[in-house]
Amino acid sequence: MQAWYAFLTGPALWATFIIFLGGLVIRLTFLYGLSRERDRVFYNHMDWTWGLKSILHWLIPWGSASMRLQPVFSFVFIVFHVGLLAVPLFLSAHNILWDRAFGVSLWSMSDAWADALTMVVLACGVFLLIRRLVRPEVRILTTAWDYTLLGLTLTPFVTGFLAYHQWGPYEWLMILHVLSAEVLLVLIPFTKLGHMVLFFFTRAFIGFEMGARRGARAW
Amino acid sequence: MQKNDGDTRPVDVKKIRELLDANNGARIRTWLSLCSRCGLCAESCFFYLAHNRNPKLSPAYKFKATLGELYKRKGHVDREFLHRCADIVWGECTTCKRCSMYCPFGIDVATLIAATRTILYSQGITPEGLARTVVNYRETGNQMGMSSEDFVDTCEWMAEESQDEIKGVTIPIDKHGAKYMYTVNPREPMFYPQDLAMMAKILTVAEEDWTMPSTGWDCTNLPMFAGDRALAGQVVRNMYEKALELGVQAILITECGHAYRSALFEGPYLAGYPDGKPPVPVVHSVQLFYEYIRDGRITIDPAKKIKEPVTYQDPCNVSRNGGLWEEGRKLVRFLAEDFRDMNPNRDHNHCCGGGGGYIPMGPEYKARRMASGRVKAEQIRATGAKIVIAPCHNCFDQVSDLNKEYQLGVKVMSFKEILCELMVVPEKFRPEVSEEDEGES
Repeated sequence: MQAWYAFLTGPALWATFIIFLGGLVIRLTFLYGLSRERDRVFYNHMDWTWGLKSILHWLIPWGSASMRLQPVFSFVFIVFHVGLLAVPLFLSAHNILWDRAFGVSLWSMSDAWADALTMVVLACGVFLLIRRLVRPEVRILTTAWDYTLLGLTLTPFVTGFLAYHQWGPYEWLMILHVLSAEVLLVLIPFTKLGHMVLFFFTRAFIGFEMGARRGARAW
Repeated sequence: MQKNDGDTRPVDVKKIRELLDANNGARIRTWLSLCSRCGLCAESCFFYLAHNRNPKLSPAYKFKATLGELYKRKGHVDREFLHRCADIVWGECTTCKRCSMYCPFGIDVATLIAATRTILYSQGITPEGLARTVVNYRETGNQMGMSSEDFVDTCEWMAEESQDEIKGVTIPIDKHGAKYMYTVNPREPMFYPQDLAMMAKILTVAEEDWTMPSTGWDCTNLPMFAGDRALAGQVVRNMYEKALELGVQAILITECGHAYRSALFEGPYLAGYPDGKPPVPVVHSVQLFYEYIRDGRITIDPAKKIKEPVTYQDPCNVSRNGGLWEEGRKLVRFLAEDFRDMNPNRDHNHCCGGGGGYIPMGPEYKARRMASGRVKAEQIRATGAKIVIAPCHNCFDQVSDLNKEYQLGVKVMSFKEILCELMVVPEKFRPEVSEEDEGES
């Protein structure tokens, strides 16, 4: 068990970071090359102001007409994303690991905050799951893969939460915690989760395609 | 329903794959792989709203079931599937581009639908109404198959007719170096020649330096909606090249929505101009009319200003996809005392249901057009307006049909018509009336 944990937090973690970052770089480089050749429309009308406005309006709660049409969902959707990023980055236990390994770390939030935010993420996750099941326009689009990715996204949070509170088999939970997080990171560059970076490009594009060319607000 | 009708022609999988590959750029690839199936786009689509939120009418479902599926199966599909796709991409989408603003990732569904249309077209599938126009464009350069002689004759006839009302009206043909080359929708010379007369009167009173070309005068581009990209490029090139040949300063577009989208936004790409810009500036009538009144080149008789409540139909391709919603509104306010806006409006307007080729698709699609137009009909009714101004031929027809179908009790008008009624005709343009005529009237 110890050996497994050591492997997952050692070589496997390195591999994960390399695949995660390398994968994103490869995907972006590939798309950049392809776009230079086939998507002249992207470069012909590129405009930073409209691009940034378009991104910003979709990052702030109810910043777009679309979000205002579905205020509850869009609020949950933003809180979910904030939690997804904030908990792993600012958890003190994670920062201690960074500090031990490299002597550098990020600012840490208190454990109480992290604990609360984890519960919020899980609650949002359950909300998103229920929404997928009950809203016909979402259910009709949903594939098994969407449920898998949602489950996979929540697993590190569930396991981390249980392990922190020492509920259940701690060692098993930690192995599952690290493993699921690694699988998730590895998948990001190759799946719809790539929206983590690609969102900024597609949102900017529609921002200047509608805005710089026509003055229309794509939000 | 687009029926299979015993279509047993083989599917040219190689051709489909070629087109799939040609379209597989960074944008389409990213959009298709990124859609997170969140369903936010559904609420933005008037087809979805008009049909009791039928989930199959959400934009994401429409591109997933068509282009998404074609990529997934790598083009290995049967006729039945292609006809189902046709039913979606022509019968359930007008490529109004509203949903791309409501998608968190800004997925441009209209582009995905247009790509699907080109693939279907390559397999000989396109609505009959559009297919007929394609033949006409190919043979005569315009969608209604009108000959150049007939067109020029109609212009001359209309100029002559107008001289009774405005002195000195002419429709100059192929005048080199004019400021504007005025291009129209062929339904004007074919069925509503008074539209030409009205424009000639307005341009005469504004003392404009303009001309109409004897070829390349059709600014519409139905091959763009039929899925014939090559011909769509040719159609727009005819117009650009004529403008360059005549050395005009700009192409002026009649009150037509998709013509503006074609000439200014999609045309350069269809015609293969790498910088995406038309070789000659393109101006829409709404813009020009607004400037005329703003700058005092046309004066409106205050006593004739419309008193009845008026609303403005934002044509998707003039407002959201053309950027002229404010000009349109200011123009309405110049002409009418009681302007009532629809909701939503401007760049967030709903398509009337007649765009994207829907009107020319003909009678077999009419029942569906009326059903999906319910959203627009309700928007109009809620304003309480008695007049709907629609600076687009397709909006004009659709709102007129909706008017009957939903008994809205409105009158649909174009800006031209209203301007002609309301403008002050300066002394020098008033025809001399002989004593005898005066006695008769």
